[in-house]
Amino acid sequence: MPYLAIENVSVSYDGRTRVLDGVSLCVERGEMVALLGSSGCGKTTLLRSIAGFVIPEDGTIRVAGEDLTRLPPEKRATAMMFQSYALWPHMTVAGNIGYGLKMRGWKSDAIATRVGEMLKLLQLEGFTERLVTQLSGGQRQRVAMGRALAVDPHLLLLDEPMSNLDYKVRVELRHELRALQRRIGITAVYVTHDREEALTLADRIAVMDAGRIVQIGAPEEIYHRPESAFVAGFMGADNALDLVETAGGALAAAVAGTPEAARLRAHFRSDAAKLALQASGHAAGALLLPGIVAQSVYVGHGYRYRVRTDDAEVWVQAPERVAEGTAATVVVPREALLLFPARNP
Amino acid sequence: MSALRSRWPQTLGMAIVLGLVAFVIFGPLANLFLWAFAEKWYFPNRIPQEFGFSFWGRVFSPRGNALASLGTSIWIALLTVALSLAVAIPAGYALARLKLRWRGLILLAFLLPQAVPNLPVYVNIARVFYEIGLNGTILGVVLVHASHGLVLAVWIASAAFASVDPSLEEAARNMGASPWTCFRTVTLPLAAPGLIASAIFVFLESLDEFTGTYFVGVPDVTTLPLLMFNASMGGNYQIASITALLLLVPSIAFMLVVERFLKADVLAGVGR
Repeated sequence: MPYLAIENVSVSYDGRTRVLDGVSLCVERGEMVALLGSSGCGKTTLLRSIAGFVIPEDGTIRVAGEDLTRLPPEKRATAMMFQSYALWPHMTVAGNIGYGLKMRGWKSDAIATRVGEMLKLLQLEGFTERLVTQLSGGQRQRVAMGRALAVDPHLLLLDEPMSNLDYKVRVELRHELRALQRRIGITAVYVTHDREEALTLADRIAVMDAGRIVQIGAPEEIYHRPESAFVAGFMGADNALDLVETAGGALAAAVAGTPEAARLRAHFRSDAAKLALQASGHAAGALLLPGIVAQSVYVGHGYRYRVRTDDAEVWVQAPERVAEGTAATVVVPREALLLFPARNP
Repeated sequence: MSALRSRWPQTLGMAIVLGLVAFVIFGPLANLFLWAFAEKWYFPNRIPQEFGFSFWGRVFSPRGNALASLGTSIWIALLTVALSLAVAIPAGYALARLKLRWRGLILLAFLLPQAVPNLPVYVNIARVFYEIGLNGTILGVVLVHASHGLVLAVWIASAAFASVDPSLEEAARNMGASPWTCFRTVTLPLAAPGLIASAIFVFLESLDEFTGTYFVGVPDVTTLPLLMFNASMGGNYQIASITALLLLVPSIAFMLVVERFLKADVLAGVGR
């Protein structure tokens, strides 16, 4: 039986707007699951209903077999890390971290010991009596982490805890968080809109769209075998165009007038395709898209080109410099193409 | 040089305006000071002929009533603050947090006592209080003062609570605090500066209040403003000025405190 079992949870605001539409999700003990999606997809609402800030009108949420769908937040053994950290500015670092223990009736010397352990774990020794308003963003993030972990929660809920940090600090903390989560073996649900963060942090990723989980699986699976055009696009395969299968079994770009039923929706990543100046001599089965280089952007380890073909525009990454206006062919290997039934217009 | 020269007419204009403002504000105050220390001051002299402290002795003598009135005034002000906060804290919290449909109307309703002309209201309150035996009692005066104080108290309290980030409360609940514990340990301490400021405003307003006290309290309840009124009506300008100076002391002291407590972000939220 899964540790966290969410079954068929639905939430609407004002009785009309459906924010969650029959979501089911299982998380095993010690697992870290990322809820990935763009803003408004319902991922934060799902997290908030696990924490008890939103009461679903339908469905159940169980942790370790206990139904807590309708329990108030303080009766649940979940600890949440907020996007804004939500540290109390009128308390010291020790006051913030020890608050949950105080609520659980711990004695003050036991609290002090536990707070000390937390500060050591998070490399914040010496900050005990500092006010949280005197800390940097990264330090606040650690204090928020310490506050959540101090109470030894059954479930750690993280609501985009790194979105307010600089890129460099974010990448560092990401690895730290992952190592920490592995070390203490805590079960965690992590909300993010950043696919890179989800890929590096999570054991499994649940991609959400319009109040539903559209695909759930290991990061590699989500990345390489998206089940829908939406997931493919969200996971970075953002070149999208319609194809048709030719008589010989090869693929070619669909032309105007191709019936809907014959079309295939194809997605591919810009770094999986090549830019070739000759139109011949390519691997059999590869998709060839002749076109003109419309724009080139330097991205550090090479260039990104916008290539205009007959009916579409695609982005390709290539190491060498090609002048804008050059005629070139985009070569997409067969295995780099993610194919889906054509979307209804 | 030329920039400096072209600016001096502006500077002069500013100085004149400031001087006028200072005169309007400090002129009466200066007159008050002169009267407070005047032993003899007869027309047509511009300044008193004799200065001294003999009237101070009279004001502070046991028969002078000033200290007793000051005591009554402070006691009434404290009770008014207590009553206003007792209403303003729950009302302000509800107005700030709950999605009330008539929020704007409710806030306006608290303004009503300020909007309606005072005298007719007080005359009628006095009539009603007379019938139910509240006339001439401390409680009656406190109720009248609170009807005024509540405007400030509720509006400022609502702004103070609104400036507390709701996620701070959620974090407390998440860490195991019941709604009441969360309010006591997180919301209230964070809203405290605004609440203290509103308490001080209510206190000062009550200390200064005259009209309502006159209709509801006289002759049994004598506050400092009433004493001052009686003194000046009786031509006792020295006594009136000295009591006025007494009234200034808490006002100025609290203004300095308020200035520290009331932060711009709370003020910006008033009435929102």
